[in-house]
Amino acid sequence: MTDLESRLTRLAMPDLEPPVLPDADVAYTLHDTPIGTMLLAIAHGRVVASSFGDEETMTTRLARAVSPRVLRQARPLDDVRRQLDEYLAGSRQTFDLEVDLALATPFQRLVLTDLPTHTSYGATTTYGTVAADIDKPKAARAVGTALGANPVCVVLPCHRVVGANGALTGYAGGLDAKRFLLNLEAKS
Amino acid sequence: MTREKVELPPFQALIDAHWRDVARLARAMAGPVDGDDAAQRAWEKAYAAYPALTSAKNLRSWLLTITARCATDVHRARKPQRPLDEAPPVTVEGPDAAAWPDPDLWRAVNELPERQRFAVTLKYVGDLDHHGVAAALDTTPAASRRLVSDALATLRSKLGVDDD
Repeated sequence: MTDLESRLTRLAMPDLEPPVLPDADVAYTLHDTPIGTMLLAIAHGRVVASSFGDEETMTTRLARAVSPRVLRQARPLDDVRRQLDEYLAGSRQTFDLEVDLALATPFQRLVLTDLPTHTSYGATTTYGTVAADIDKPKAARAVGTALGANPVCVVLPCHRVVGANGALTGYAGGLDAKRFLLNLEAKS
Repeated sequence: MTREKVELPPFQALIDAHWRDVARLARAMAGPVDGDDAAQRAWEKAYAAYPALTSAKNLRSWLLTITARCATDVHRARKPQRPLDEAPPVTVEGPDAAAWPDPDLWRAVNELPERQRFAVTLKYVGDLDHHGVAAALDTTPAASRRLVSDALATLRSKLGVDDD
């Protein structure tokens, strides 16, 4: 490449601005919380993700499951962020949000959909009990796996489900996060 | 008839990877003011068309082609219709060209005839090959080669560089 050609390649300009687009089919934002950075996403007014997963993995899954028009936009998530912050500050016990389990398998949907009614704020239940609640009494292990893949963490309270012996077992956001949430609910 | 499902990446990934290239190319083609307008329009068009794409390959060239078309439209809308090669050169308006890095090159590029300026900026600012340049300008790779080579010759003589 000649000197002129490389000067053309480097032709720089100041003050470039990224584009501004209309409200996305899937809007997402990264939200810092006491239990770590969470990726929150909303599609057609319903929460599709509240997750500890990384941005690339989660947005790729959302592009495939919902729509490829996925954009980083904070404003459509204002209400979700506010409710989550209130919950994490101990001043909210239930979420007034619609959820869409587009990222879940049919079995995960069965386990997750009614979790807010199968659990209650400040109390824990067990994998076996949840399995019985959905009429799959032998599926405690599969229930554990389904809860571990919860795409809408905190809003769908999989953290309230623990092992039969009371052990915390596991959590997508790490055991410290699960402990934080259970302590928060216990004292609020 | 069912269309085969194409696994398109999230649109935000395209923006993050390419928005600077789109903005630079649009400004180089249409000038600083019209260029920003053209880049914005290009993204709106791309966003609208995105879910219907039938291939996830060459998304960057797809974006730059849309940008080139928008830059042409925006720029051409500003002046009376005339045959392409008689079109007057853009003048650098808005932000002071002298404040930009390499102002001499900027001025010389802006004074090129339109087709030459489009071809040379697509080739070097857009980093497209002659097939990509040709697709964006609705012409042939051979014509793209000629336009770029004429543009380089003009730039060399204007800038007084001799680097063949």
